[in-house]
Formats: sequence, structure tokens, C-alpha cells
Amino acid sequence: MTILEIIQVILFIAVLIALTPPLGKFMAKVFNGEKNIMKPVFGGLENLIYKLSGIKAEEEMKWTTYTWSLLLFNLIGFIVVWLLQAFQHSLPINPQGLPNVTPALGFNTAVSFMTNTNWQSYAGETTLSYFVQMLGLTVQNFVSAATGIAVVVALTRGIIRKTANSIGNFWVDLVRSTLYILIPLSILLAVILVSQGVVQTYSSYANTTTLEGHSQVIPLGPAASQIAIKQLGTNGGGFFNANSAFPYENPTPFTNFLEMLSILLIPAALTYTYGKMVGSTKQGWAIFGAMMFLFIIALSVSLFAEYSHNATFNTSGLMEGKETRFGITNSVIWSTATTSASNGSVNAMHDSLSPLAGMVAMLNMMLGEIIFGGVGAGLYGLLIFVILTVFIAGLMVGRTPEYLGKKIQAFEVKMAMVAVLAPAFIILVFSAISSVIQQGLTSLNNAGPHGLSEILYDFSSAAGNNGSAFAGLNANTDFYNILMGIGMLVGRFGVIIPVLAIAGSMVKKKTSPYSAGIFQTDTVLFIGLLTAIILIVGALTFFPALSLGPVVEHLLMNAGRLF
Amino acid sequence: MNTQSKIILSLNKNIIIQAIKDSFKKLNPKTQLKNPVMFLVFVGAILTSVIFLKNSFNGQFSGFNMQIALWLWFTVLFANFAEAVSEGRGKAQAESLRKSKTNTKARKLVNSKEEIVYATELKVNDLVVCETGDIIPGDGEVVEGISSVDESAITGESAPVIRESGGDRSAVTGGTKVISDRIVIKITSEQGNTFLDRMIALVEGAKRQKTPNEIALTILLSGLSIVFLLAVVTLKPFAIYSEIASGFKGNSPVTITILIALLVCLIPTTIGGLLSAIGISGMDRLVKRNILAKSGKAVEAAGDIDVLLLDKTGTITLGNRQVTAFLPLKHISVVKLAEAAQLSSLADETPEGRSIVVLAKETYGLRGINITEKDAKFIPFSAQTKMSGVDLRANGDGAERRIRKGAADAIKNYIESLGEEYPTEISQIVNEVAQQGSTPLVVAENGKVLGVIHLKDIVKGGIKERFEQLRKMGIKTIMITGDNPLTAVSIAAEAGVDDYISEAKPEDKLKRIREEQAKGHLIAMIGDGTNDAPALAQADVGVAMNTGTQAAREAGNMVDLDSNPTKLIEVVEIGKQLLMTRGALTTFSIANDIAKYFAIIPAIFASLYAVGGAKGPLSVLNLMGLVTPESAILSAVIFNALIIIALIPLALKGVAYRPMGAAAVLKRNLWIYGFGGLIVPFIGIKLIDIMINFLRFV
Repeated sequence: MTILEIIQVILFIAVLIALTPPLGKFMAKVFNGEKNIMKPVFGGLENLIYKLSGIKAEEEMKWTTYTWSLLLFNLIGFIVVWLLQAFQHSLPINPQGLPNVTPALGFNTAVSFMTNTNWQSYAGETTLSYFVQMLGLTVQNFVSAATGIAVVVALTRGIIRKTANSIGNFWVDLVRSTLYILIPLSILLAVILVSQGVVQTYSSYANTTTLEGHSQVIPLGPAASQIAIKQLGTNGGGFFNANSAFPYENPTPFTNFLEMLSILLIPAALTYTYGKMVGSTKQGWAIFGAMMFLFIIALSVSLFAEYSHNATFNTSGLMEGKETRFGITNSVIWSTATTSASNGSVNAMHDSLSPLAGMVAMLNMMLGEIIFGGVGAGLYGLLIFVILTVFIAGLMVGRTPEYLGKKIQAFEVKMAMVAVLAPAFIILVFSAISSVIQQGLTSLNNAGPHGLSEILYDFSSAAGNNGSAFAGLNANTDFYNILMGIGMLVGRFGVIIPVLAIAGSMVKKKTSPYSAGIFQTDTVLFIGLLTAIILIVGALTFFPALSLGPVVEHLLMNAGRLF
Repeated sequence: MNTQSKIILSLNKNIIIQAIKDSFKKLNPKTQLKNPVMFLVFVGAILTSVIFLKNSFNGQFSGFNMQIALWLWFTVLFANFAEAVSEGRGKAQAESLRKSKTNTKARKLVNSKEEIVYATELKVNDLVVCETGDIIPGDGEVVEGISSVDESAITGESAPVIRESGGDRSAVTGGTKVISDRIVIKITSEQGNTFLDRMIALVEGAKRQKTPNEIALTILLSGLSIVFLLAVVTLKPFAIYSEIASGFKGNSPVTITILIALLVCLIPTTIGGLLSAIGISGMDRLVKRNILAKSGKAVEAAGDIDVLLLDKTGTITLGNRQVTAFLPLKHISVVKLAEAAQLSSLADETPEGRSIVVLAKETYGLRGINITEKDAKFIPFSAQTKMSGVDLRANGDGAERRIRKGAADAIKNYIESLGEEYPTEISQIVNEVAQQGSTPLVVAENGKVLGVIHLKDIVKGGIKERFEQLRKMGIKTIMITGDNPLTAVSIAAEAGVDDYISEAKPEDKLKRIREEQAKGHLIAMIGDGTNDAPALAQADVGVAMNTGTQAAREAGNMVDLDSNPTKLIEVVEIGKQLLMTRGALTTFSIANDIAKYFAIIPAIFASLYAVGGAKGPLSVLNLMGLVTPESAILSAVIFNALIIIALIPLALKGVAYRPMGAAAVLKRNLWIYGFGGLIVPFIGIKLIDIMINFLRFV
């Protein structure tokens, strides 16, 4: 690595840290219903939405009502997206005259966008019309992100409210996160992207003749608006198949930096929001600290793996699958950020990463997408690990474990275990099935351990609601479309429901006052412990599988054998 | 505690032999099912045995499979043994308790006539008579008379205790023995549900229910077991894929026996196997200190306590106040005051009364006139008047003297009720004494105040340091005293408590407990009287003294057989130690898994992707350099079983406890059990591997 590349890494992290408090503070104001700078702009619209849809903003919900509202809303979103695809050919704004989408692919895509995964079994420019992309996918890009934020806000209320019953109003949380946070930030980012050359047009694809005299179709579309939210909402679904490696999605080094930054921006700032809401920004920074610590470990291992001297190719630095415009460092920052944060957009092909860097990308997802993670989802996922850490370590100080004054008891532990088990079940069991049956194996492009890695990666991506792919696997088969769809559903709601149940149980509890006998959760010791528990739980769960995939591939690569 | 119970409670040969027998008895599936982690091992042991037997039957004897199956059985047995040993001590004690529950006969009072009935026929509210030598037939309240009772059967304390009607020492326990006088007892509990019955059930652990934290921990451990079950079950298909991909030929080393071995090594058997032993021995540690907890829940709650409500007398101060000076009014001679004080205290058998008589005699040579009952009437102390004293020559033979001593306000009321004046000078003296943290007793004769007796409260040695430790542990102490605020604040400062309630009435305790609970605190208190009962019931941990009333013993969730109020602090420590032990062993158990992966994964995939006769690439993970794949797996399984046995003493004793803040305790325990748990198995497995290769087991 050159000095310049190291500076780029440091700059990326520094800007992220610097933006966390201001955005975090602003979001806390939004969720607490306080005055904020966006209120004058969108306040009227917010009230209008409530009026039109009959939402009573001051009505508080119990956790069960909150959960049912959330599930109902997501179900409707799923049906709409599925129907739009099924009847795409008969719908407007389809200049290419793209045909209707098959039911299995439609199911996969609808689930994918509803669950904030944005796994794309299809190629955007050859499958979906502008209409479907805008009305179906872009809408889901916003509301699936807002759903994640709503869940973490509800959990936060469960932690801070004392002997209460309700955890907020889902519709209000949904509307506020969309109106005040996602839309303004997306507009801002989209405008900057357009200024840098990202396309935003309704015209049909351009036909040109190349210098060699061949004719070429250049896909266009209203891309910038979707790209802004795909990055900010940790969605990741590209307008074009090549995602952010494609010049019309990511034309300049500046857009590359901004797009990488916006992957982690909201998840990072939410930790500050959390600290603000629980009344101690130190608590928020502790969580940010654990996330950042894991991020730096992941980034360091990946950079090390990519820059290590490779005896087989006699080179240091593998460029296969990477965009020469971005180079190794910017590809690796992106790959680490996008897998840490359940974003899934890419500017390089992860299938071509060196085995260890590929393993880190995979592990980032396997850990539960909690290293910053999806918007909202990352924080509530991490809080699940906080609960487990507090429980194990809290016993060691000789008290019933408590987090921020709330006792962690059987119900919380049970729900936390469900939330950890649900994605792990999908990754391990679905990968295991796919690795031995015909329908699973025929999709593989690579043999040996790399083939196993491809399967593991794709189910990790589904269960973690990431959406990025080891593109070596052809996932657009009925088998994978359906299995991946189920995986995304379980990975999303198998975590959200227990999290909201925890919120509902915690909100009823008394808050015990602070004393010297209580295990503190805002210290460096706690950050260390939390990261250790995350890594140990992750490693213990996936070590056997990983040892047969990327680990053995790495060892074999060093011995000169490739797959 | 006398030597007899010490013998019973210490681990002896009989207990161990009994525990070994019980370990086999516990192999019953119903018992195993109570512990999900160990149940998995149990199923694994059965499966591996069946596989071994089936293969042997088909002529494919495998010594390796046999040893794995054997060690899995050992793992189950070791966990059973841990539980049985912890139950053993309680059982031995229950046995000795049962001996005092011989079926006695009772002298039931029916219309003032005695009838001989079996104790088992007694009902609640029956009246029975007990005289010297009688065994008290059931739990009850003394309604008439006073007697000394030998309670050694339940407390192990051989000195007899006084039981009398009225007041706070009225409760008697079935199975104890009257050794003097005659009392009439009203039966308060049904047969089969007496104190002794419950005590037997408790120490035996017969009705032991899992405590809240234990339930939560069991869920965590079950969850982790499911994670590992997933990891191990899916390993087979991944192995099949990899074996095909690598062109591996021959029998797959990933057999069901090996997968079960891997699973058992990974699931948290160490904590799973020791969990109930930890809980039982926590109760046991209380029993050793002569405290009976009515449930394990109460013991656990003790660890969470952050406010201690302590009675001043007996807990913070020695309880027997000593007179240090007689302080007369200006115009009164000190000898006159001393004499009056001495006379009023002659019938006072309390230590403070005696100290008054002694000081008057030693300092002023007053010999205590020989008073016959004829010319003296002693007025005992009562809670209403808050005074005591003596009326001399009350029947008109000579000059009558009415001497009273008592708290300042009580004497003031008394004097003013007689229409006399209460001098302001006395208030000054009273205040001075009170400010020094001592108790002023005002003495008056025939309606005239003579002066003040300075009674000094002696704060127990070392109590200040104890409270300092509690503060570090995050526990606030509140002193409860009937003293006036001035006295209270001075003693509070001397003893170093965080807060105090002066001039406390029983309802003040209840009020304070409710207030603290509303703020989210968990409160422990100790009490004995009937009017303590509501507060004992309200407190999160209420320790009733055995000398107290039946109502108090019913209301509390623990009973202190020694009736020693300082025990409350020990109760809290034991509760904390119990939770710490669970947390520490859980951490140890999880940390162990890392080493086990490095033993087993390279072992089962040693030949995968191997070229020619060379070792496969995954052999580099064999960090410990274990000799063969078989010995590696077997060593991990053996280590996993032996560590349970090795940690039984720790589970029974509890982790070393030090009064420190949470951060310091955590750091210490993380270092020992977290880091230790990471390192120990690497060394242990390596040593076992060397051993079994040396002995050629595989």
C-alpha cells in the first residue's frame, strides 16, 4: 500500500466519525418529535399524510400492535412489488418493452426489496422497466430502510421507558424516518451524483457505434435517484447489473468516496442517536466503538490479504474483478463497508477477492450484519449481542445482569437467542442442502472450496439481508430464487420480531438506579468484551464451514492450487 | 455451630460413596431431560454405544469408538456426580433433622383438661401443654408461661433459649425440647407443613426449583447448544461436498461417532454439568452459616441487593450499652443520682442495667440496699411508657420514693403529667450526651429530675470497614434506630453508614422499603418482631431471626437460626458469589471451545485436498501438534469430561469472592476464567494426547 492509499483509508474513517454526531443528533430530534431543521419543510406534508391515511400520531402502540402494523405494511409492499413485475408488460414507462417477470423471480425480487436485502437475481437493465424500478423498487428502498429505523427506535424506547406499556407508533416512526431523514439525504446525494455525471433520464437506451464500428446499446434511466437511496438505505440494489462498478452509477473518485461513505453514514449516526435517546452519548459511542473496532479488523485483514505477495501469480495486489479506476484500496474499503453494513452494492466483484478477503466479507455478513449493519437493523442486531454480553459478563460481577438499568432475564435471553439462531440456521442449513443436491450444484461456476464459498456467501447475503453476491453462482433458478427468498424473510423477520418482543418486555420493567456494583456498558473493557463475544459466537458457529471454504482455499492457493 | 453439625456438613466418605451410587441412579432419561445440555450428551452416549455395539456385532470392532462412547458416559456420570455430591451434604443434614421428628405424643388442652393425642392429629389453633422434658409437638406460639427450650435439633446450638408468651420471643418449633417450666402453645402450622418439614425439604433440595437467573442461563446454554448442533449437523454435507471436490477416496473420516464427539466437546457441558451443583451448594453455604433460605430465588435476589436496612442494635453496635458517667443537675450530688440510678436498675437484668449497678458500686461504693419485695415495687420497661423504675416503701412505711428512669421525652411527659416542672438545664445535658452518639437516660425521683445517665453505644469493631466494602460493591446501608436524631447521626457517622432512620417505628421500615423499591432499589432487611413482619414480607430479601415471632418467620424468605443480625451482609455475599460462579464457569466453558476446534477440525479434515502421501492443507490448524487424528479427538473428549470433575470443588465452594466494584470484579474474573478458559484446554488436551499415545490407547 502506498501512503496515499493509507491516507484515503484514514480520511474515510475520519469523515465518518465527524459526521456521526451532527446527523445522530438530528435524528434523535426527529424520533423524539422535537423541532428540527426539516420540520418547516416537511411538517405540513407529515400532517397531511396522517390526515389522509387516518393515522393518529399521538396514539401509542403495544409491541404486539407495533409488530402487526409492521408486518402488514411489509406484506402490502411485497404484494405490490410482486404484482408490478407480474404485469410489467402492460404497465407504462417501459420504453424497452420488457416482458412480464416469472413468478419465482418476482417472489425473490419482491422479498428482496421488502427486506432491505436488494439481492438481484435479475440484471436490472434487461429485466425491469423504469416504472417497476421507480414505483416498486425505489419506494421499497425508502420504506424498507425506514422499517429498520423504526424497529431500532422502538427498541430504544423499550429500554428507556420505565414501567410503561407502549413503544411508540409504527406509522409515525415510518413516516418520520422517510420524510425527515431518508428523502432529504437522498435528494442531496442524488443532486451531487448528477453533478458528477450519474445519469438521470427517462429516455430509452442509446444506440451508438463504437470506434471499431460495432453497434452498442448504452443503458440509461433515472439512475441517480435510485443510487442515492440504495447507498443511504443500505439497500444496495443497483440500477444497472454491474452496480457501482459501472461508470453511469459511479463515475468519479469523488462519487466513489461519497457512495462508500453513504453506505455507513446512517447506521453509524444511529449509534449517536441511540446514545442521545438513552441519555448518555457515551453509551452510543461504546456501540460505535465496538462497530468501528470490528470494521477496522475486517478492513485490515482484507487489505492484508489483497496486498500480500501471491506466489502463484508472483504479484502483490490482485486486480482480477476490480475496476482499474478504483484500484485495490478503494475496492476493499467498499467490499468491507458493503458487507459490514448489509448494503450489498459493489464496485468490484467479490467472487474475485482473494480467499481471505472473501472470507472476511462473508464473515461480516455471518456475524449478523452488525458492524454498522443495515439502517436500524445493524444497531438492533448489535443490541442483541449487547444483551448477550451483558448477560454472560453481568453474572460475573455477581448481580442479575442489567443493561441501562433494565434486568436481562429469561425472556430477553430467549428472544436474543432466537435472533442469533434464525440467520445462522438459514446460512448453515440452506448451504448444507445446496452443497449436496443437484439443483444446488448445477448453478456453480467454480469447483472445489471456491464453489462451497459461493454457496455460503450467497446464503449469508440472503440471511444477513445484504444482497451482494459471489457472482460465480447462477442464482436465477427456481431453486435458488425460492430458497434465497425464504432466507431473506427469516433473516429479516426472524430478527425483527424477537427484537420488538424484547422491546415490549423491557418497557414494562423497572429501571434500577446506578451503583458501583453495576456492570458498566460504556467502558473500553465493555467494548472489548462485546467484540470478543461477537467474534467468538460468530467464529464458533461458522468455523467448521469456513474451514472447508475460504480457509482451505487460501491454504491451497499458497500451495499453488486454484479453483 | 457445634462439632456435630460440622461433621455432617463436611464432605466425607459416605457422601462420596452415596454420590457415586446416585450418579448412576440419575441416568434415568426423565432426570436427564431437566438439563437440556446434558441430555444432548446423554443421547450422544447412547448413540455412540449403539454404533459401537452394532459394528462389533458385524465384526468391525473399533477401540476408538468404544473409548469415545465410554468417555461420553463418563461425561454424563461426572455431571450427575457433581449434582449428587452437592445434594449429599443436604441429605445428611436432613437425615439428622428427621431424627427429631419422631412421632411424639401431645398433651392437648380441651376445655382446660389435658388429653393425650398423637402429634400428627393436631390441628391449627389447638392448644397443647409442654413441661420439662417434653418434645414440642408442632410449630406454635407460646400463649401462656415462659420456659427454656433446647433448639439444638434445628440450630445445632446447644445453649437453651428462652421462649415466653407475648413479646417477640414467642415462637416455638416442633421437634425442639422444653427443658424447664411449663408453657401452653397454640399450634400455628399443619402437620406436614411445619418448619421442620420445610427445612428437611429445603436442605434435601427435594422441591428445588430453578431460580430466574438459572432459567435464563439454561436458555442461553440451550441456544448455544442448538448453534453447535447446527454447525455439527451441517458439517456432514459440507464434508461430503469437499470430499467429492477433492477427489477423496475411501471411508469418510467424518463418521457419526466423530460428529457426536465434536458436538459434545462444543456444547457448554462444563457449565451445563455443574449448573445445578452451583445452585444447590449456594443454598448449602447458607445452611452452613445456619441460615435457611426458603427458596433459591431468595439467595439469588440477595446478590442483587443494593440497599441494606440494618437495625442499629446488635448489627452496628454491640447491643449492650454501658454506662460511662452519671451527670447530675447542678444542685444535686452525683452520689444521690448514682444511688437513685442504682436502685431503679436493681431488677434490670439487661447488660445496661447491670452496668449501672456496677458503676455505682465501684465508683461511689454504693452497695445496693437489700430490698425485699415487701417494700419495693419494680416497674418494668414498657414500650408505651418508655420508662422503668422502682417504687420504694409504697405501702406507707417511711418516706415513699418513686424513682423513674427513661428516655428524655418520656420522663418529660411523666414529670409534666405530675404537674411538676421539667428543668431546661437537663435538656442541655441530654443534648450533649446525644451529640456524642450516646444514649441519655433521665433519672427522676418523686417528680424531681436528678440528672442523666450517660449510656454509651459501643460500635462494633471492623463494622466501618465492612460498610466501606459494601459501598464499593455498590450497596447502600441504612441504619434503623429508635434513638433520637442526634444520637442517630453520631452513631451513623461513627459506623459509616450511608443513611439512617431515627426514632424509627416499625411502620417507618415498611415505608422506607416501599420508597426505595419505587426508585428501583432491591432491599434486604433483618427483623424479629411481629411488627417487623410486613416489612420482612415487603423487602426483596427478608431475614427473620429464629428467636423471633412465628409471624416474622413466616414473613421473611430466610430464617437465621443463630439470630445474628450481622449475617445479612454474608447473605448478600453468598448471593453474589453464586451468580459470579455461574458467570465465570459459563465464560470458561465457552472459551474452551476455541481450543477444541483446533483439536478436532484439523483432525477430521487432515487428509482433505491432500496430494500424494502428504498431509492435507488443513493440518496447519493442528496448532497443538496432536499426534494422530484419533488421539486428537479422543483427547478433546477426555479433557471435556475431566474438566467437569476438576471444577466440582470450585462449583461447591464458589469462585473467590472479594468485595470490589463491578469493574474490578469483572476484570479479575475475565482474566482468570475468560483468558484461563482459552489457554487451559490447549495445555490440557496436549497433555492428554501425549498420555494416550504413550499408553497406546489409539
